[in-house]
Amino acid sequence: MREQKRKRRVTWQILSYLIVTIASNTEFDAECIRRIRAGEKHIFHDLIRPCERAIYIMLLSMLGNEAEAEDAAQETAVKVYLNLHLFRGESQFRTWVLSIARNEGLGRLRKLSNRREDSLDAETDEQRGDYTPAILTSWKEIPDEALERKELGELIRAAIAGLPEIYRNVILLRDIEEMDVRETAGVLGISEGAVKVRLHRGRALLQRSLAPKLKGFAPRGKGLFGWGA
Amino acid sequence: MRIDCKHVWQYISAYIDGEVEAELREDIERHLETCEICSAVLDSTRNVIVLMADDRVFELPAGFSERLHARLDKELLDETWTE
Repeated sequence: MREQKRKRRVTWQILSYLIVTIASNTEFDAECIRRIRAGEKHIFHDLIRPCERAIYIMLLSMLGNEAEAEDAAQETAVKVYLNLHLFRGESQFRTWVLSIARNEGLGRLRKLSNRREDSLDAETDEQRGDYTPAILTSWKEIPDEALERKELGELIRAAIAGLPEIYRNVILLRDIEEMDVRETAGVLGISEGAVKVRLHRGRALLQRSLAPKLKGFAPRGKGLFGWGA
Repeated sequence: MRIDCKHVWQYISAYIDGEVEAELREDIERHLETCEICSAVLDSTRNVIVLMADDRVFELPAGFSERLHARLDKELLDETWTE
């Protein structure tokens, strides 16, 4: 009982922190936009800076090429600036920016592949697949410090890159950029229910592909791995 | 209610995000107490999520930010920005 109360208290503290953070980010964005509109153009640097990483990662995930993703990220930032007068504050600024990044990525993919306009969104939640996780009988946690080893980062990036696009985008926004379900749905133009379904499937596919490979990154110590079939 | 492993896997993502109803949460936790397979699946999924969120997994290329802001300075700040 005491443990449950402690968990509830921690959850509430995290929620309070998130609410305050989101509110202060929104105020910061609104103040920046007001000042840019008043002529302080250089403030745009401060406004776009917190979104840079998310823009790049989204485009890298879509385009699969660092140079192309960087060029597209610059184009996105330019478009955000030129269209800033269209931002009405109905969503978070970051959500709006990432929608522009996604459109930039889709536009480039269409040019690259000469695919039909709608073909890039053709994957749907109806498609069948095997989302059974990797069956393990025990798991030894891989510590964050293991990421100091380049191979682990490469392994994770490759697994994410190997996901079908509809799952990759949701994983990217929810688990890497740590957006909430609503914001993720807003960027991708899908329902919150679809975000949850895709997130579940994406995580299941990642667990299945990554968990067996992560064995070598677990800290050595007493006890044995009980890797199942 | 007793639930089986497949049922638990179906809700693992929502469980990690704290988005399952209290009753189902209790059923899952009761199952996890005795099922080492589902416990390992849960722990490994949670660990994969933690690792993915680390900034070192997706690092910006060296000089990315400088080049971006130089481009903004060059191409935008000379523009006339109107409402």
